[in-house]
Amino acid sequence: MVINAPRQTSHLKREILIRLIKAFYTDDFGENARLIPYQMRPKDFEAPYRCCVYKERAILRDRTIAGLGLSIEETDDSIHMAELAKKVLDREQPEEHPLTVLQTACKGCVPSRIYVTDLCQGCVARPCVNTCKFGAISVKNGKSVIDPDKCKNCGMCAQVCPYQAITKIIVPCESACPVGAIAKDENGHAKIDFEKCISCGKCVSACPFGAVHEKSQIIDVLKNIKAGKKVIAMVAPAMFGQLPCSPKQLKAAIQQLGFADVYEVAQGADITTQNEAKEFEERLVKGEEFMTTSCCAGYNELVDKHIPELKPFRSDTKTPLYYTAEIVKKEHPDAVTVFFSPCVAKRREALKTDTVDYVLNYEEIGAWFIAMNIKVEDCAESEFKTESSAEARNYAVTGGVAKAVKTLIPEEIPVYPVVVDGLNKQSIRDLKKYAKNGVCELGNLIEVMACTGGCLGGNATVNAFKPALKQLTNYVNESKSLKEPDEAAESK
Amino acid sequence: MDKKISVKVCLGTTCFVMGSANLQELIDTVPAKYGDKVEVSGVPCLGLCSIDWEFSKAPYVKVDDEVIKEATVEKVLKAIDERLK
Repeated sequence: MVINAPRQTSHLKREILIRLIKAFYTDDFGENARLIPYQMRPKDFEAPYRCCVYKERAILRDRTIAGLGLSIEETDDSIHMAELAKKVLDREQPEEHPLTVLQTACKGCVPSRIYVTDLCQGCVARPCVNTCKFGAISVKNGKSVIDPDKCKNCGMCAQVCPYQAITKIIVPCESACPVGAIAKDENGHAKIDFEKCISCGKCVSACPFGAVHEKSQIIDVLKNIKAGKKVIAMVAPAMFGQLPCSPKQLKAAIQQLGFADVYEVAQGADITTQNEAKEFEERLVKGEEFMTTSCCAGYNELVDKHIPELKPFRSDTKTPLYYTAEIVKKEHPDAVTVFFSPCVAKRREALKTDTVDYVLNYEEIGAWFIAMNIKVEDCAESEFKTESSAEARNYAVTGGVAKAVKTLIPEEIPVYPVVVDGLNKQSIRDLKKYAKNGVCELGNLIEVMACTGGCLGGNATVNAFKPALKQLTNYVNESKSLKEPDEAAESK
Repeated sequence: MDKKISVKVCLGTTCFVMGSANLQELIDTVPAKYGDKVEVSGVPCLGLCSIDWEFSKAPYVKVDDEVIKEATVEKVLKAIDERLK
């Protein structure tokens, strides 16, 4: 499986963000936001993806609306962009649900079903007819035909066909969603059921038309900076693998955007590690069989909405973001706090956390640097006030959290980490089983990451997985370890 | 042919965010495929993104003197193959 495969849709989304940020800094934000689709698809421009420039402009307008942080579904086409821009400038806080679907793009997908292709040879064995438990397949004119009223989409016929002539047509967003929260409605438009949605962002990455958008909070942040507020950035560890610069250069670059200060969320991760190690020890002494981590927002939503029976096994320790934001608000009660996130799930966590005001993802930060013409690789270095541990900085990599917690658990307590590297239908079944049986046969400290690869595989990351891992690992290796602080410092 | 083909993948901020992050694999795969016929490297900002709205055509890759806009792995490999013909 390729994590963070390149997508042309990301290019489009990022271009819109850059233009939107540039528009914000002009004298007439509303008018310049309105012009974005026309600048991207001028007259006589050959439409690269759709029937004509007019349709492309309409779609780019919808994408711009997501960039403004509004719901595409709920925004009427007839409302002038200047009016929408004003609405965004006046709003006090971001909208509740972080995702929105550009439904016009859904026309390209046919509903999920089993389909007999031309490769069908009308063979004598006919395993498809014989395997179907629902009597949905018959042979007409020498080819297998599926009766859609009887077919239950089980896919058995596709598995047994000796010619591989039967295929399952999938809808990528539906297929990627681990909890069945997105599906085509009667009009063929994908619709998110927010009661079920865990904000894992898998549909955002999966849709080949880039139809699922995060509602951006970039304008809200720009507005606060422009108003001269003390805006403070809290940067998750995954960010240090994202851009072509050193962590200290990144800090300086972020300050150039207008942030008053930059905190590493690894600082909070060090507190999470301590508390979680203590909690694990207590739970095991009490006789509990296993504990799961609780730092991944997508996983937390999964447990809250779909596996409540797992709640007693999930650690009560707060997330690195929670502790970091607490520190920032304590040191700067007047600050507006912005979390730099690799994924959409953290937007939900931020909404529930009073101390976190806004969330920006790495695509938005990248777009912001481009819009302001800040070259991160040329920035001077700016020191972080607090040094975080190597283990905390490694939270962004799958297995990193369990590894950190294990470091602080006394040797006499047996720790067997189990890593759930990405949520999907299978790993969710496994987790349900552990909760039901009250035991996990594979180990006793279960780390759950919604994204494969950990936060570096988040839906809103910029760098490819492998180079991001290499870059972050270099940073981790030059940081002090919790285990042997003195030795690591000497070898520097 | 004596002269090596030069491939420069721009790793400046703009190109990186707009997609050259995914072109970094060329730095490993090109030498493996073409041996010493091609010299490939990641380079600092080539300065192609700064004019007007040209950021929208990033990422840029230079194959000898040819500038490839909106570069992808496929486009770059095709340009190399053209030169080796």
